[in-house]
Amino acid sequence: MADRTGLESAPALEARELTVTFPARRGQGSARAVDGVNLALGRGEVLALIGESGCGKSTLARALVGLIPPTSGEIRYDGLPLQRTRSGMREFRRHVQLVLQDPYGALNPRQNVHDAVAEGLRLHGQRAGLTRKVSEALEQVGMRPPEHFFDRFPHQLSGGQQQRVVIAGALTLGPDVLVADEPVSSLDASVRGEILKLFLGLRDRLGLAALVVSHDLGLAWNIADRVAVMYLGRIVEVGTVEDVLLRPQHPYTRALLAAVPSTEEREATAVLRGEPPDPTAIPSGCRFHPRCPLRATLPEDAAQRCLTDVPVLPPGTGTRQVACFHVEDGPPAPAAPAEQIEVTG
Amino acid sequence: MTETAVRRPELGPGEPLLDVRGLTVTYRSGRDPVYAARGVDVTLAPGETLGMAGESGSGKTTVAMSLLRLLPVDADVTGEIRFRGEDLLSVNWARMRAVRWAEASVVFQGAMSALNPVKTVGDQIAEPILLHEKVGEKAARERARALLDSVGVPSRRVTSYPHELSGGQRQRVMMAMALACGPDLLIADEPTTALDVIVQAQILTLLTDLVKERGISLIMISHDLSVLASTCDRIAVMYAGRLVETGPSRVVITHPLHPYARALAGAFPTLGDPASRRAPGGLPGDPPDLREKIEGCPFAPRCPEVEDRCRTGVVPLVEVVGAPDREAACIHVPGYDAAVARG
Amino acid sequence: MSTLEHDPAPVGEPAEEKAPSRLAPIGRFVVSLLRMPTGLFGVLVMLGFVVLALSAPLFIHPSDLSVTQADGPLLAGPRSGYPLGTDPAGRSVLLLVIWGSRTSLAIGVMATLLTMVLGAGIGLMAGHYQGRVGRLLMHVTDWFIALPSLPLAIALAAVLGQGATSITIAIGVTSWTGTARLVRAQTLAVEARPFIERARALGATDTQLITRQVLPNVMPLILVSSTLTVASAILSEATLTFLGLGDPTSVSWGSLLNNAFMQGAVTAGAWWYLIPPGIAILVIVLGFTLVGRAVEHVLNARVQPR
Repeated sequence: MADRTGLESAPALEARELTVTFPARRGQGSARAVDGVNLALGRGEVLALIGESGCGKSTLARALVGLIPPTSGEIRYDGLPLQRTRSGMREFRRHVQLVLQDPYGALNPRQNVHDAVAEGLRLHGQRAGLTRKVSEALEQVGMRPPEHFFDRFPHQLSGGQQQRVVIAGALTLGPDVLVADEPVSSLDASVRGEILKLFLGLRDRLGLAALVVSHDLGLAWNIADRVAVMYLGRIVEVGTVEDVLLRPQHPYTRALLAAVPSTEEREATAVLRGEPPDPTAIPSGCRFHPRCPLRATLPEDAAQRCLTDVPVLPPGTGTRQVACFHVEDGPPAPAAPAEQIEVTG
Repeated sequence: MTETAVRRPELGPGEPLLDVRGLTVTYRSGRDPVYAARGVDVTLAPGETLGMAGESGSGKTTVAMSLLRLLPVDADVTGEIRFRGEDLLSVNWARMRAVRWAEASVVFQGAMSALNPVKTVGDQIAEPILLHEKVGEKAARERARALLDSVGVPSRRVTSYPHELSGGQRQRVMMAMALACGPDLLIADEPTTALDVIVQAQILTLLTDLVKERGISLIMISHDLSVLASTCDRIAVMYAGRLVETGPSRVVITHPLHPYARALAGAFPTLGDPASRRAPGGLPGDPPDLREKIEGCPFAPRCPEVEDRCRTGVVPLVEVVGAPDREAACIHVPGYDAAVARG
Repeated sequence: MSTLEHDPAPVGEPAEEKAPSRLAPIGRFVVSLLRMPTGLFGVLVMLGFVVLALSAPLFIHPSDLSVTQADGPLLAGPRSGYPLGTDPAGRSVLLLVIWGSRTSLAIGVMATLLTMVLGAGIGLMAGHYQGRVGRLLMHVTDWFIALPSLPLAIALAAVLGQGATSITIAIGVTSWTGTARLVRAQTLAVEARPFIERARALGATDTQLITRQVLPNVMPLILVSSTLTVASAILSEATLTFLGLGDPTSVSWGSLLNNAFMQGAVTAGAWWYLIPPGIAILVIVLGFTLVGRAVEHVLNARVQPR
């Protein structure tokens, strides 16, 4: 299946200048969990959003499904801005659904499988043909025969089965987009592959687009078409999986890749030092500059720019973008008009 | 090295630091007994690093905890655990307490809950020192500072409480605690599971350096084969309480012999490998219920290469022909039939 | 790459120990409850009293209860025909105690219903709407907690007039706060769990969330709390009636105790008049409490996460 990097139609789901701010716990200003993010998910594409904990990827995922209202910026479904009215949100929910990390916690312990899968339909008042739709959804996720599982309760299922039930529940409303937050990280290693295969299968059979949030680069390699790397509330690099994971340009992406365990001897210096700063105290300019190994090698005036200017990625998709002034596919100089950059790699 | 009052019998040349034979652990707390480990053999030379790989229910944590007899009282443990020639399963509790921490220590999983939230980290690091050695509080404090420094935490943090530190720092504190009495063996139970990739790399580098510097033997437990392969010399893969494959880590992860090891390795794809691009490796089914006595190979229900004879009798761990440092418990291993015939 | 390649393999048998029982969940619950010695005893006591209370009209005639028509010896000790002796009006104490259970149970149950509806309702709201509404509700609750319940109950009953209704209301108004705080705490705990987020993502409105997701998970707590509340409501009823706030013409345990004291049963040494109502209260409170604890135990055991 060819890489879907170009787009003929509007993106399925898009964030424009999205910002989500939380009041800080100790009263010191606010934490910008998501800070001006532009991200687009094309129809039928799998986009992996990779980042470490605290980078805001989970907050971004929840904002994209409408669970967290953004502080500023907008979310678009199919090119149209999201209506935050009751009916608007209900309509939206039929198209964009969520799969969470902890499958056992995501299921109401008092509902059996049938009811858990039927919940979405019931909430929207679509009771016609309920059991048939539940059976279909369970078949789609590989739980056959479906009737066999109707009476089971979550604690009687394995982790992989629980996650399948959650996915089936999301499928009953017939969505075009699935947003999955760490869908396999709490599952056993040998079970993960099956669930990942399921995501790919759903894309192939139903044309579902998927935004998969994870800290696992291997997952992106396994199932994603494109990958976006997030650091401290902003996207720092986006492009096809081959480009970003094999030819990374942003120093943070390179640090992530260098940190992946491998059997080759690793130099001590290759490991990035320190930890990401608190979202209440975001560094000026390029927020990665205090830890950036590339900056240490730059001449004085170039390095100074990292402190004063913020590398901004223009909205758009299907292109290779890197939020760093000192790499090949970095953003254009501020004076020049914003242009799409051709993929050259 | 530290001066301790603990008896440390010298090892002869070529004598292993740890020699476990036929370790079998059965939990008898509930209605049905749970066969957590069955007949596990492990050997560890001084300074050697061993990774124990497996998923939940594989028995790896059970085996590791049993080495220091840290299992609950209702656990039935049989076999031999020879540490420096002494069988730890038959020593008295006083000797066991002396061994614990001073000669072998554990870095527990989940540093968040393993640290006492109401004591400073300095106190917690000093605690085992005060328990095992005849030193005063001031000296113990000093040692705690030095240990914090050696794990990369600023020594002024000795008066901090656990909640004031980040996840990575807490894991480093756990390591400092484990090293406090200068043990010969360190058991690390999923030391990086809850950590991000970069912090994980930092911790693994630190662990590797510390272990090499001090000549400590390391047993690391993880479900992540790639972590084990990058840190340990050898890997032992466990499934349903049994060893299914052992060998040098690099070879096991790149050319696994046992179908389960192959599936586990497939769960951690190498970036750039076209074979795993849009092709997640997976395994249908679920790990077996350890309450049942399993007939035949425990992996048979899920094995893509299963044959009838896998389901009866016992499939023992045999040495691989042509690779004397590798073992696997599978009928498809070269030399299996001959090895079984030999008995 | 054909689509079949990504078809997930059929998932095997769900992991499970033994074949599931054929009973409905209610049946299984009752069986587990009765397996516990405390549960069994408590249920037997409860049932015993309820059966007695309901069937009392079948073997107790109005004449047995009438002060004027009773024909037994006056304030006599236990003897044949009168196993627990008689009161100063010649009525059988045993029959009085059995009849008294009707009022006590009725008021106990009604007051509990009031308490539960009020307490659970406010608790759920306070837990779900955590902003201004929630804080306001908690302030109201705290205010009611600060009020001393017995004087308040007495004042209420005095204002509303003597009788069963005023006692029921008085008990309800002073007891709901405990339930409200419990339910609010449980609501907060339940709402922190991921399945609530999932329900929101599926499109649930606030009402749907509370009724479909939160309530079923809070229900066990409410059930347990109810059984314990019945016990304390019966006790409260006895207290208030004993203090003279009940209907003087109706027979209840509290009124029996009241009469016993007023008519000098203590000085007369008429222990058979004084002790039985007290023991009846004791036993029924014990029964309900044991059932409450057993229910809690059974419900917790079944829903424990793996």
